[in-house]
This record gives sequence, structure tokens and C-alpha cells, in this order.
Amino acid sequence: MSKRTATVTAPPMPEAAHGLDLLRTMLLIRRFEETCAELYSAARIRGFVHLYVGEEAVATGVMSALGPDDAVLSTYREHGHALARGLPVDALMAEMFGKETGCSRGRGGSMHLFDKSRRFVGGNAVVAAGLPLAIGLALADKLQGRDRATVCFFGEGAAAEGEFHESLNLAALWRLPVLFCCENNLYAMGTAIAKEHAQPDIALRAESYGLAAWPVDGMDVLAVERAAQRAVEAIRGGAGPHLLELRTYRFRAHSMYDPDRYREKAEIERWKERDPIDALVASMRAAGQLDDAGLEALRDEVAGLVAAAVDAADQAPFEPVENLTRFITSEAGPEGGQR
Amino acid sequence: MTATLVETTYREALRAAIRQAMLQDERVFLMGEDVGDYGGCFAVSLGLLEEFGPERIRDTPLSESAFVGAGIGAAIGGMRPIVEIMTVNFSLLALDQIMNNAASLLHMSGGQFNVPLVIRMTTGAGRQLAAQHSHSLEGWYAHIPGLRILAPATLEDARGMLPTALRDPDPVLIFEHGSLYNMKGSLPDDAGAVDIDRAAVRREGADVTLITYGGTLGKTLEAAELLAADGISAEVIDLRTLRPLDDATFIGSVRRTHRAVVVDEGWRSGSLSAEISARIMEQALYDLEAPVARVCSAEVPMPYPKHLEDAALPQAATIAEAARRSMRPAAG
Repeated sequence: MSKRTATVTAPPMPEAAHGLDLLRTMLLIRRFEETCAELYSAARIRGFVHLYVGEEAVATGVMSALGPDDAVLSTYREHGHALARGLPVDALMAEMFGKETGCSRGRGGSMHLFDKSRRFVGGNAVVAAGLPLAIGLALADKLQGRDRATVCFFGEGAAAEGEFHESLNLAALWRLPVLFCCENNLYAMGTAIAKEHAQPDIALRAESYGLAAWPVDGMDVLAVERAAQRAVEAIRGGAGPHLLELRTYRFRAHSMYDPDRYREKAEIERWKERDPIDALVASMRAAGQLDDAGLEALRDEVAGLVAAAVDAADQAPFEPVENLTRFITSEAGPEGGQR
Repeated sequence: MTATLVETTYREALRAAIRQAMLQDERVFLMGEDVGDYGGCFAVSLGLLEEFGPERIRDTPLSESAFVGAGIGAAIGGMRPIVEIMTVNFSLLALDQIMNNAASLLHMSGGQFNVPLVIRMTTGAGRQLAAQHSHSLEGWYAHIPGLRILAPATLEDARGMLPTALRDPDPVLIFEHGSLYNMKGSLPDDAGAVDIDRAAVRREGADVTLITYGGTLGKTLEAAELLAADGISAEVIDLRTLRPLDDATFIGSVRRTHRAVVVDEGWRSGSLSAEISARIMEQALYDLEAPVARVCSAEVPMPYPKHLEDAALPQAATIAEAARRSMRPAAG
């Protein structure tokens, strides 16, 4: 825990409608991920699939603080980011199936979801490789005088990569409108943070580069949302880059390949007691904003969306093999016509 | 009105190209190590900081991966960045960004995110800079789908390839051989954009085709002179664009001369020269009178002392000798 910055204190409950929006997004992510696990086990989707179960509050809270013109860079654990950013469930599920109707025309799969219309600049499966891109997107905004923020997600494992340090330095040096969101789930694949970082306080390290940075309870969607709002507001006001260290935990293994040998079951169970969905549900119940019927209706709603997306993906066409080498170079050709 | 010829250098031609692009398009900016106050490590951008200011002539920290990645991000964000990397050896620190992002994003995103980025870097040996500043790795980059690889070997191309590259919607890497910066010559005062698709015949000949690019073009033309003295007429092809390769030009030449020597300052094994040789086999085997020959750098990290560096590199004499061997009956 960083000594010079405090965790943002528990915010007041939002309006019921907003709370329901946050809850719906988290439930949708959870349902999507559980469905991916089933589909993977049934060999209906393949590749590497990294599930976001347990971390839903992070994507949901951060995306809630963004506007449509802001840019988002994600990682290989990105289904939650994409859903919270508003990418259509159908397009995401079709991408899992490798179909032409997928958000990357099936070419990316689970780790490479893209949506230009939502400025969702994709899942980067090389750890920390998205940070330099965020620098460039923010630099473009700055050079063109646009009031936009760029948000870049990465895990605490990325803080061991050179690009983390190069990018934080550049962002601070050039005072760029970037929000770095470090999803600290305590494990870089199977390596515990204590075995990887001499200084495991990521926010503290960011501060040493001149960024405003603080840790946030990543299991509390309202705390995440408020921290992200505060950071994005400051960034828009010209305060330069910020880093949020979002302390969270994945309830499932690193990927569908992972036998999860490196964690104590008791540790997982302890974190499950802090399930971000249960926490928001409890707060909303206590505030009289949610009852059993309301919760059930939300669960049914998201289950219906995901089920419909699976059916649609199943029915959707594959891209014809003749299109294999499309998009190696741009089809529009050079600016201003032929060379 | 005819254009006036102006004395210039390769370095000045590059600078003029950058300057004109900056004047014509506000989206263009130059970014890299020491491009500003220092004037560029090979003085290509000297004076541009004073003219365009630090926002557009942007000095970076020693963070190749981050500033190349930033160039990719800025290109996606609507800019037209020119990123300068000091040498091809240092570009390896940014290889992840070049390969996994710049070259892959368009395809991986199903056609949504193109990367209109130009990266310039120095390549090649000949200046006694030893094993971490002297290699010719452009052939590695030419292996990667999604990149366009250029090697300007003439003043005209130094002046003209950049503006065309900046109009390309996809990433373009320009390899400037370090021995060329001081090359003198003249250019028309209205010199401008050139094509970046085709190889060029730099000397016409009938007996053997010498295929090269970049820093070895001069040595290859010298070799052609040596061969002419022996009564051998050599055609010299400058590849210019290393990816995508313009097969038609060199294959057409080989079909006429029936002999080919590939000259490449890169290493021989698994190289661009191997690729060209293979394409000749695939497309013109039955036109050949002799096996395709190759003159490449010795497979050593480039040594410092001049005599060893000279021995490691293709030279006019070794190129000419390879061509003579291919002229002998039953060569091989």
C-alpha cells in the first residue's frame, strides 16, 4: 500500500438506476465468462481463453467513467473490458467462435477483440505492449488539441516489463492524457507478486515517475468508478497521466489451460467472500434499491443475451478461406489515390 | 520550364523530404532519439527543430520500444509520424512493437486498425562501428507480412521515397545505409515523390544480372565497370523495395541474361539473398545458364578493424569475381 496516497474511501450509493446499470454489466460479464468456460470445455471454442471472473468491478467501474471519444487498450484478459465498453455481446461471442460476424471478423479470437467505432483498440497479448500504444494515442490527441483520455489496462505482471517503465516515463515527461489501469490480481500467470517484484506497490512505483497514482479496492465497483472519474477528470483538466492500481483477484485459473497449482484453495475462497457482484448486491439491498425479483430479472436478462449470442454465433458464417490474406495491407490504398 | 539541378547529398535529400512533408501536412511529425537539439545522430534533421519546434521535432528518451509503440498509437490516432531509430541494431529493442503491433494490427482487427507509420533507421557497415552498430537486418524485416521495406540507394530515392511512404496507409520501414549519408550528387530542384513498388535497372547489360540494393549498389556498379573491362556486360538491378519484392523486374532481367548474382550485405543463411535466389529458381530455372551466385557478408558479428571489416563485406572485386565464375561454361 502506497504510503503517500490513500485508498479512495467508500463512496455514497448512486441512484438506483445507475447501480442497476453497473450490476447488469457485471452480471453480463460473469455470465459471458461462465458460458465461455462451458463452451471451451465442450470444445466449441478454442485457443487461449482468459476469464475475468472475480475482476468484473474493475472494467465496469473504469468504463463507466469514460466518454465515447476516449480510447481503451486492453489485454488478453479482455472480455470484461469489451463488454463494459459496450461492444455487442453477439459480436464478442461470434469472435470466440472465430466467425465472420465477430468483432475482429474472427481473426483475433479471445485475446484480440477490436471495435474502431467504440475506440476499443484491442487486446494486446504481449504483456505491456499496449502501454506504448496508449502513449501514441494520447500524443495524437494532445497534438491535435482534442479533449480525450486514453485508458490502458494491464496486469501487475506488466510492471516487470521494460515497456511499463519506458511508457510511464514518457507519459509523465510529455504530460499526456493517459489513465493507466493496473489490474493487480496478485499473480502473473502462476507467479505470485512477491516472487516477481522487489517493490510490489505498483502505485508507489508509478509515483516515482511523476504520475499521480493510488491503489483502489478493485472488488468494489463504486470505489473503482469514483477513482476512475476522479482520475479522468484530472487528466482532462491537464493534470497529466494517472495510474490506478486496482487490487483484485481472479476466481478462476489464469486460462482454460491452467491447472491452478500455485494458489491455496483457502486463498481463493477468502477472495470469493469479497465477490464484487455480491458486494454491490448487498449494498443495493441495504439501500432498498434491489430485491430478489429485481436481481432475478437481471440475471435472466443477461442469461438471455448470452444464450442468444451463442445461438447467433453458432449460426454465423465463417469467413471464406479465399479471404485468408485480406487485411495484410489496407484495401483503401494510398492517400490521394494510386501511387 | 526545366528544373535546375542542385548539388546535394543523401543526408540533405532526406532532410528536404522530411521538411517538405512537415510543411505540407500538419499531421506529420518526427520523433526519435536526438532528432531535435542534437540534429539527428547522423545530422539528418539538423535545423528542423528551429523551424518546426519541439512538438513536431520530438526528442525522445532512450526507449525504443515505447517511442516506436507511441508512433504506432499516434498513427492510429490520426497522425502521420516519422519515427527515427538510430541504427537497425537498436531497432531490435522495438521489434516487438514493429512485429506484434505495427505489422499485425490491421489483420488481427479484421481490417479496422491500419497503421500509417514511417520508421527510418540506419543500417549497414563500413564505418568501423563494430558488432552492435553495423549489421544489415532489413532482410529480417522483409520477412514480415504487413510491412513495406524500402532501401533508398540513390539521392533521388532519398528525396522521393519518404513522401510516398507517408501516403501509405500501412507501416513502412526505410533503411538508410550509413555509408550513403555523405554521398554527393545533384537533383532537380523540383525533385519529389517516387514510386515505392518497383525495382530499377541502374545499368543495362546483356551477360549477367547483378541484383542488389541500398549500400551495396555503389560497389555493384563498380563491379559492373570491372566486368566491362573484361568484356562482360552486366545489368545492375536496384531492388529499392525489399518487401513486397518486385519479382518481375529481376526475373525479366535474368531471363535475358541467363545469369544472376545476388549481392546483399546481410548474412547469407536464411536471408533476403536466399529468398531472391529461390524466386529465380521458382520462376526462371530453365532460363539459367549457371547457378545463381550470392555475395553476402561473412557470417560473423561485424569486427572493428578495417581490414577485417572489409574482408567481411561484399566488395566490388568479390562481386565481379562471382559474376566471372558464373560466366564460365559449366559454372558451379
